[in-house]
Amino acid sequence: MAARAANSPLIVEARGVLKRFGSRIAVDNVDLKVPSGLCFGLLGPNGAGKTTTLRMIYGVTRPSSGTIRVFGIDITQDPRAVRSRLGVTLQQNVLIDALSIEENLRVFGRYHLLREPELSARINELIGFLDLGSHAGVAVRNLSGGFQRRLAIALSLMNRPELLILDEPTTGLDPAVRLALWSRIRELRATGTTVLLTTHYMDEAQRLCDSVAIISEGKIIDQGHPTGLIERYLASETVEFDCAPEEEPALLNGMNEARRVRVGRRLMIYLDDATALSRHIRLHDQSDRRGLIVRPTNLEDVYLALTGTRLEASL
Amino acid sequence: MSVSLPHAVSVWKRNAAMYRRTWKWNLLPNFFEPVFYLASIGIGLGAYITQMGGTSYISFLAPGLVCVAAMNGASFEVTYNVYVRLTFEKAYDAMLTTPIEPDDILLGEALWAITRATIYGGCFFLVLVVAGLAPLPFSLLVLPLIPIAGLLFAAIGMAFSLRIPNIDFFSYYFTLFLTPLFLFSDIFFPLRERVSTPWLWVAELLPLLHPVRLARAAFLTGPSWILLWDAAYLIGISLLLLLWARAGVRRRLTN
Repeated sequence: MAARAANSPLIVEARGVLKRFGSRIAVDNVDLKVPSGLCFGLLGPNGAGKTTTLRMIYGVTRPSSGTIRVFGIDITQDPRAVRSRLGVTLQQNVLIDALSIEENLRVFGRYHLLREPELSARINELIGFLDLGSHAGVAVRNLSGGFQRRLAIALSLMNRPELLILDEPTTGLDPAVRLALWSRIRELRATGTTVLLTTHYMDEAQRLCDSVAIISEGKIIDQGHPTGLIERYLASETVEFDCAPEEEPALLNGMNEARRVRVGRRLMIYLDDATALSRHIRLHDQSDRRGLIVRPTNLEDVYLALTGTRLEASL
Repeated sequence: MSVSLPHAVSVWKRNAAMYRRTWKWNLLPNFFEPVFYLASIGIGLGAYITQMGGTSYISFLAPGLVCVAAMNGASFEVTYNVYVRLTFEKAYDAMLTTPIEPDDILLGEALWAITRATIYGGCFFLVLVVAGLAPLPFSLLVLPLIPIAGLLFAAIGMAFSLRIPNIDFFSYYFTLFLTPLFLFSDIFFPLRERVSTPWLWVAELLPLLHPVRLARAAFLTGPSWILLWDAAYLIGISLLLLLWARAGVRRRLTN
């Protein structure tokens, strides 16, 4: 047991963490283990308790009960020591509008007590890593959303963090910027940085995360590898179409054991191989063919099956 | 949780980095305000007053206005500017993702407010020296007084700013607190000659009265025992309010 712990030390370990704001329970008895070197995702809609969980991990919100250890250190005992080894990109960019990219990095480097010449060297590294060079001298208020978000991430990397916490890293960004950021996050992970991110985009979680925890109403419902979760609850393929509840028995004749989820008229059937079902529905419809989608099952489906609600629709 | 001076200095440097950008626009209004008072009331109104407190009116007025400059320099910083950093710029949320703790933020902001107070008070003092209204060398004793007055108004302002629900409350702070201080702190007329004894005791509570009395002693009246009380008030109330502000900054920034 001790040997295993040494091989894969836990970067974050939360035990029985509960946070109450007045009478409302924001985070309810959460247990979380983030091993070193992984990209770990907290997946859930807005208001599920993701941000509160993160704030407790970097020590700005105190748990009402339970314990959180980061790098093996109790966060409530020594937040300064913990925060010197991690970086946080907040959901909302907290940049200084009047200052340039380079000046923002300089101010932030000083928060970590970096001094010259190390400070300038690190600033230049980060400007290079996040492709900020073309606008290094431009005031933040004149930058596009993509540049601002990249700068926000650059700031959180200032101290070469062992743990990078990203709260909704790509919300509101265009697809090209998202792809670029994902590749940077993968690079960081490849060089040994542990990444803990929250998202309500299932595609983001699925592409980036080695492990995800699904959160709903402050509780962790389940956690595991994205593909593992899909297989545990559903199946690898999804057939999706509109049908009235009374049509359902005839359409699914002989396939009643398949997992299914209904949202209004929309029905989703989860199967390891969708070929037989799609052919069956086509034969049943004959002349009046309905729209039929066959696609890989994703985390959105898992979330829907587990909570009965959609991630995106709850925005 | 302990306070770390290097981290507080990094907070100070953030404000300094922004100030370097905007000082030309920020410096002038605050700097001119006491100059205008000096010109209008000192030269204008003062021409009709032969003597006040045993000296010419403008000489009576000048030392108090140094303290007003320090008060305004610190107060603008820890009210509107701190509130903007707290709620709109979310600067403190950013700092708290680094090893900076709430106590460091309070100390850094207080140091920055003292800096601003020193810039304004110091500039105004220079004007007085050039105008021949600051008798040298003894008036130089206000130079250490300016940052201490700045500390007092930084502590008062921080304790207030961290407890108000929205930015509109600052108009109360300025009109119901700073304005009466400005008008009734021995700056424009000697309270002792115009106000009955019970009110003089009440006046001793006014924070601006104490730096004004110290400044006037440096400029005109020389040492007396009451100055010890003034110095004790300045330091004691500053420290008490900083402790109160510390509880406020922790509660406002962490939960």
